[in-house]
Amino acid sequence: MLDISIEIISIISFVAGVFFILTGSIGLIRLPDVFSRIHAAGMIDTAGASFIILGMILQSGFSLITAKLVFIGIFIFFTSPITGHVTANLARKKGVNPVGKTKGKTL
Amino acid sequence: MINSKSITLFLSLFGFWLLMSGHYTVLITSLGVISCLLCVYLTIKGNFLDNETIPIYFFPRLIQYTIWLIKEIFISNITTAKVILSKSEEPELFSVKATQKTNEGKVTYANSITLTPGTVTTQIKDNVFEVHALTKEFGDDVRSSEMDRMVTWLEKGK
Repeated sequence: MLDISIEIISIISFVAGVFFILTGSIGLIRLPDVFSRIHAAGMIDTAGASFIILGMILQSGFSLITAKLVFIGIFIFFTSPITGHVTANLARKKGVNPVGKTKGKTL
Repeated sequence: MINSKSITLFLSLFGFWLLMSGHYTVLITSLGVISCLLCVYLTIKGNFLDNETIPIYFFPRLIQYTIWLIKEIFISNITTAKVILSKSEEPELFSVKATQKTNEGKVTYANSITLTPGTVTTQIKDNVFEVHALTKEFGDDVRSSEMDRMVTWLEKGK
């Protein structure tokens, strides 16, 4: 009984991960400029990756693999904002103006 | 040389080594200890061992902050998915003030903003952050400075 419920939870988690990755990919193509597309990429990095990793943890059972998967998740959480920030920062420095409103004084 | 920072660094490196290795014979484990000690020695020699490398004073409140951040990330992921699928994006760019005193606190705040989908920190100058938001609601979230208060609270430690 426990086996089946773990299996079901892991499948739900995989489906949620696939949903977020698919939506993020659609956003990556559909959104208007580089800054908005970073939001879609951030969604793939956080929700997509963590739901897939959660599903894998449930599939693998409790072993050293679990710890390794958790560490993969932690490292994604530390590195993904850096890449997002570097992309946005470089685009701003090179003079790319974002689509949409600019409120107040910006740097 | 042997202080709380170097001990924390050694323990976290060795713990990570133990989890990655999976082979626990005497020879291999002692090689692991030696390589971790070498890493700590090089870090001390290179003067990298400061608050920026090992922010010990973050640790007491780190777990509570992480749980709060994961909750925020989950909520804004669902909102971002809705925005992408319903084509209702109205991007905006604005500046906010950060109240953190240390560099580590500012980095944590900027990374937390970027990690939450829907908001990205684009530039930082002193304590002014330039933020790009996907919709007005995400912008209001950042402007309400709830996350700013949380990071300042985390930075204060115990």
